[in-house]
Amino acid sequence: MRRIGDAPLIRRLLIGAALVLSALFLLLPLVAIFAQAFSQGVMVFWSNVSNTFTLHAIGLTLMIALLTIPVCLVFGVALAWLVTRFSFPGRRILQTLIDIPFAVSPVVAGLIYLLLYGRNGWIGTWLDGHDIQLMFSWPGILMVTIFVTCPFVARELIPLMQAQGSREEEAAVTLGATGWTTFRRVTLPNIRWALLYGVILTNARAVGEFGAVSVVSGAIRGKTNTLPLHLEQLYQDYNAVGAFACAALLAFIALLTLAAKAGLEWRAARREAFA
Amino acid sequence: MSQLASWRTGSTRVLPGFGLSMGISVLFISLVLLLPITGLFGQLAELSFAEYWAIITEGRVVASYMVTIGAAAVAAIINAIFGLLLAWVLVRYDFPGKRLLDALMDLPFALPTAVAGITLATLYASSGWMGGLLEPLGFQVAYTWVGIALAMAFTSIPFVVRTVQPVLEDMPVEVDEAAMSLGATDGVAFRRVILPHIWPALVTGTGLAFVRSLGEFGAIIFIAGNMPYETEITALMIFVKLQEYDYAGASAIASVVLFVSLALLLAINIWQGRFVRRLHGGKG
Amino acid sequence: MSIHLHNIAKHFGTTQALEPINLDIHEGELVGLLGPSGSGKTTLLRIIAGLENADRTAQPSKILFGDRDVTNVHVRDRRIGFVFQHYALFRHMSVYDNVAFGLTVLSRKRRPSSGEIRARVFRLLEMVKLEHLANRYPAQLSGGQQQRVSLARALAVEPEVLLLDEPFGALDAKVRQELRRWLRHLHDEFNFTSVFVTHDQEEALELSDRVVVMSNGRIEQIDTPDELYREPKNRFVFEFLGDVNHLEGKVTNGVLTCGDAYWHVDLPDGHEELLLRPHEVRLTEQPTSESHLPVTITAISPVGAEVRVELEADWLAQPWLATVRHTDFEHLALRRGQRLFAHPRHWRRFPKAESKATEQSRVA
Repeated sequence: MRRIGDAPLIRRLLIGAALVLSALFLLLPLVAIFAQAFSQGVMVFWSNVSNTFTLHAIGLTLMIALLTIPVCLVFGVALAWLVTRFSFPGRRILQTLIDIPFAVSPVVAGLIYLLLYGRNGWIGTWLDGHDIQLMFSWPGILMVTIFVTCPFVARELIPLMQAQGSREEEAAVTLGATGWTTFRRVTLPNIRWALLYGVILTNARAVGEFGAVSVVSGAIRGKTNTLPLHLEQLYQDYNAVGAFACAALLAFIALLTLAAKAGLEWRAARREAFA
Repeated sequence: MSQLASWRTGSTRVLPGFGLSMGISVLFISLVLLLPITGLFGQLAELSFAEYWAIITEGRVVASYMVTIGAAAVAAIINAIFGLLLAWVLVRYDFPGKRLLDALMDLPFALPTAVAGITLATLYASSGWMGGLLEPLGFQVAYTWVGIALAMAFTSIPFVVRTVQPVLEDMPVEVDEAAMSLGATDGVAFRRVILPHIWPALVTGTGLAFVRSLGEFGAIIFIAGNMPYETEITALMIFVKLQEYDYAGASAIASVVLFVSLALLLAINIWQGRFVRRLHGGKG
Repeated sequence: MSIHLHNIAKHFGTTQALEPINLDIHEGELVGLLGPSGSGKTTLLRIIAGLENADRTAQPSKILFGDRDVTNVHVRDRRIGFVFQHYALFRHMSVYDNVAFGLTVLSRKRRPSSGEIRARVFRLLEMVKLEHLANRYPAQLSGGQQQRVSLARALAVEPEVLLLDEPFGALDAKVRQELRRWLRHLHDEFNFTSVFVTHDQEEALELSDRVVVMSNGRIEQIDTPDELYREPKNRFVFEFLGDVNHLEGKVTNGVLTCGDAYWHVDLPDGHEELLLRPHEVRLTEQPTSESHLPVTITAISPVGAEVRVELEADWLAQPWLATVRHTDFEHLALRRGQRLFAHPRHWRRFPKAESKATEQSRVA
């Protein structure tokens, strides 16, 4: 079989260029993170990670991620079900609306929440009267994190559920299954891997969100500092090794995300090959 | 029309859960996505138009637009070329390490932006691995707009690769073969047959990368140097205004950013729709 | 332009797609490569086109177009026209641009002027009766129209050899019929050398000057459609070219028996399998002294020039098919469930060892 660009010279040249550029542009930063984090030995890395403030930041970050995921999951599944299983006026508009968080700058995302729920906003004023403070505390961080991560699950599910069509669910309904049974026994097994991947992406973004969170958090050490914010503070305090220790933790999560994605894709490809 | 009719009669709603999923989706989109935007307009309403105009056209702010748009444009162009190369190599060739390279493409999405930011800043500072190599040659990357463009390119490269890759994969072998059997050389066939085929995806991916770059914050602020008029991006301007408790100023600038991003997103969607219709005979 | 293939073989990994093949196609001939899927017919076509390379073996392979040795010539320089099964039109180009493509990619020295290109493209579009659709995009055309554009595109560069890979395979029966006739007409008018691949025996027999029947990477027979149908060289060819009824049994003293059925045949003792075509089966209400083959009608299809009747019996492993003229059909008043007797008019046998056919006719 011959294809365009299969001449050995062109082929080697292009592969070489891609490998060299990727190594410089993508791989080198990844290596640098770990090199910096361990530049003063494992003990220093460990003391940086086990520091009270860092541990608190890790805890807060994980809590935010754990709370974000179920919310995004419910929304993502509901929206995907709605736009792929029914046709109704405004369907396309809904699909476009969920892209908003992708287009909006994280700083702007943080700002609009701050304006609404902060002391000057119309909801914020009311909340203040009832002594509830959302901004500059963890609920604010959670809210903006949900904003920036909410498209991921839906974006993974919609193309898949569109491609699969609703035949199987219709069959289940004609066989007398209730809505919940249909979803659990027919839909869920078909979309579980995409769902899992959506969760992994949501998690990666929730753990790593910086711009939006930095606007609403107030970044109080030991209180409202997430790991990325903590890392920034360390970096600004000229504690590069400490900052990179946090960076290494986050990079590790990123690597797990990549591995999970590669694994899921490999699984899907293999299943397709056997089908 | 037929869609509307079937909606009215409900004939397409065999499956359960319409009300529930509609309820959750609409409630969520209203509360999480749309309601907060009203806060922005509320804040803007407190400004007169003259005040608004003065804020968004102030010299330092305009300079930040220029820096942001210029760097984002450069980053987008770099990504279009580099992303196309990577997508092509990943789809068309087999070589050792291909799976790893493919997995690496998602790194910028998976890696928190702040991590990318401090890493790039450290790498390209004069004491860093890359900076130490480039600076003696007269290239300064860190604390210049080149650094900004670099950080933008880093965070948005997957947009191009992941949009072009599936389209290239779906391209049938016969299209290549038809072009060759008609006498086209590799160069001509690429330019006249393959490039037009993947053009919509390439433009969409590049457009998304550009929009992302316009709003990027975490990856840039560490490497940018943040010199007013020189290397200050618009997202940082908003952040600075907020730290000065100038909510009105921050909102005004944010409204410009928000408007531009949403308009671009809409434009990309419409443009893409038009192409899909042509290629699929109005059935897409 | 004649095509001469010498010692062409092809492996994909460890599977042999083509055993070493020699084939000569004369100038102006329309040749069909016929075979089931996996027979190597498409591989052979693609090797002729230069889309695939033949194996490099100890004995060198050779492909000649006329006197020109094209064995090592790249597909883009072979000057062939190739028509793909799924058309492979360029989706982003209009019909006009698709047809003009081959002309516009010529080197500046050889490229006709733009006016000339325009004239030539419109002449071709007129020929395929699509000049009114010149500005449409492929997605806006029907399958048959797309295949006509694909043909016009291949012909635009005035190839000496036209190669077609299952050109009508993806079209529905009626359009296929129409395009077949039209291709034959085109071929006669322009007199280029054409090779097409098909798995449809009817198409191959109707369209070709000569048919190359292939199976398992081998050429089984090369002949005119008429010869092929009349004188199949082996059992594969015979079975592939039409419906076949099998009769298997033991011959003793010139009588073949199979369950309660028997039949006088002029064959030595032993196990025999005889093959006959549906039109070689006659149906009567009574057995004769020659044969006693009781059958039951299980299905009747009166569509077409003849009535197709499906027959079953407990002595038959697989049902038989018989074709009956409409007058006989009415005369015999055939209906489902009716019990009749079958009489072979003519049969063939292909002994396993030698591929030489024996046949015998009997006056009905």
